[in-house]
Amino acid sequence: MEIGLAHYLTVSAILLTLGIFGIFLNRKNVIVILMSVELMLLAVNINLVAFSSFLGDLVGQVFALFILTVAAGEAAIGLAILVVYFRNRGTIAVEDIHHMKG
Amino acid sequence: MELPDFSIALPEIFLACAAMALLMVGAFRGNNSTSLVSWLSVLSLIIAAFLTQYEFRETFVTFSGLYKDDAFGVFMKILCLGASALAIIMSLDFNKRENLARFEFPILVVLATLGMMVMISANDLMSLYLGIELMSLSLYVTAAFRRDSVRSTEAGLKYFVLGALSSGLLLYGVSLIYGFTGTTNFDVLAQVFTTGEEEVGLGLIIGLVFLIAGLAFKVSAVPFHMWAPDVYEGVPTPVTAFFAAAPKVAAIALFVRTFMEPFGTLVDQWQQIIVFISIASMILGAFAAINQKNIKRLMAYSSIGHIGYALVGLAAGTEEGVRGVLIYMAIYVVMNIGTFACILAMRQRDGAVEDISELAGLSKSRPWMAFLLLVFMFSLAGIPPLAGFFGKFYIFVAAINAGLIPLAVIGLVTSVVGAFYYLRIVKIMYFDDEAEGFEPVNRTLSIIMTVSGIFVAFFVVFPSPLLDSAQAAAAALFS
Repeated sequence: MEIGLAHYLTVSAILLTLGIFGIFLNRKNVIVILMSVELMLLAVNINLVAFSSFLGDLVGQVFALFILTVAAGEAAIGLAILVVYFRNRGTIAVEDIHHMKG
Repeated sequence: MELPDFSIALPEIFLACAAMALLMVGAFRGNNSTSLVSWLSVLSLIIAAFLTQYEFRETFVTFSGLYKDDAFGVFMKILCLGASALAIIMSLDFNKRENLARFEFPILVVLATLGMMVMISANDLMSLYLGIELMSLSLYVTAAFRRDSVRSTEAGLKYFVLGALSSGLLLYGVSLIYGFTGTTNFDVLAQVFTTGEEEVGLGLIIGLVFLIAGLAFKVSAVPFHMWAPDVYEGVPTPVTAFFAAAPKVAAIALFVRTFMEPFGTLVDQWQQIIVFISIASMILGAFAAINQKNIKRLMAYSSIGHIGYALVGLAAGTEEGVRGVLIYMAIYVVMNIGTFACILAMRQRDGAVEDISELAGLSKSRPWMAFLLLVFMFSLAGIPPLAGFFGKFYIFVAAINAGLIPLAVIGLVTSVVGAFYYLRIVKIMYFDDEAEGFEPVNRTLSIIMTVSGIFVAFFVVFPSPLLDSAQAAAAALFS
């Protein structure tokens, strides 16, 4: 079977959905949320690279590189905030993050 | 290889260099240099504001079409730069008293402002994304700025998680738009849609919806507002003052540019979504704020409502509507700066307070501050002849001229409902029994609140400078 654009898009849509559900359904651990965010960004990258190769246009791959770079920075800042939070509360369980209602 | 024209991005380049230089000053001189670094940051923001106006360029698009400079950008950039500079100045005294005086804060504000300027000037989905991320990453850090406080770090964590989610959604939309049009450049996108060779497919529409979701998150419009009240309440007050002004302006500017330039011809596709978002934001802003006890949380709901009003102008999709948005955002920034100057002045002997009930009897203990807060509250509620009324007026007129009469009616009704909680604050200040009373107001804060108060009160006398520049800025988007 030939693997075409549609297959890539399907994989990426599934990854994105997994990422979103990972953020909202997960009740245990904030680290899992960070991993879900990375999953979403990877879904986007698969999309961009697949489109780029299919269209014969380099912009998508350049974009994917930028996203990888920013994702690294984002993960660093996320973990830093998480560490600071852990120092204050002694827990990173999602259900404990309710100091302010809402 | 020919180099791109750097002079167009001179303000941004200057600001980036200034942030690095200030970081060096801070790193070598430690936290003693906080006030020096703060004032130098303010100076750099002011210089950048002058540079945006400096006309010596021939072209307006540079970096292979990634970056655009026009009158619209200049208007929004000056607004952002001014709001950020005032946020830094307002933070000085508060941070010193709360043991928060660290030199990183002004530098983070400068970097966030740099991100905003890139957003405002973005002419490509790539520069749009990079601008948003530069702004957001700096904002996540400033949110968690009070490292030893559970509330501040929790606010930072919530903001980060939801912000990262929204970036993901926005990017997914961008990837679909790229895939179904073959370009990320705004000018090329606009051409693709005006020639109308291709049918607007489902994939593109889905991409557009994701893009709107991501942007709506950044302006905290309903249904992507859930982070705003918690973040506004949790972070230190100067940071709230900053969050409520400059980032909103930049995100609205990005919203307007994206939907007027590349997707301007697809107005039928996105108009309903914007109308829905705007109605939902106005209603939530009006009703959810009624029961709030914390004034920062109240201001969060108030800002959600105000974003709803600004989006009414975008939903109109006309030059008049865009002009309304620009006027509205300018007035909104001044009102918010003034209100937050008052909130920052809410300080009793044993520290800063945030409860609305602490304002009781303010008219007797600090009559001038109470009067200014009254002016801001009336203006936020949109009562003539204050500036807030004119902001809403131009927006609603544009909506009616664009045939969106139900939208304008809902806007009027919600602004009447919203007036309730603004007037409640006035009632508490003027008619309730005196609470403990506040410490004397710091001089810079009282200058800032007085000047904003004068602007809000006398806008009716001299409206033309703002109206003319907003007109010129809006015209630039439609030329």
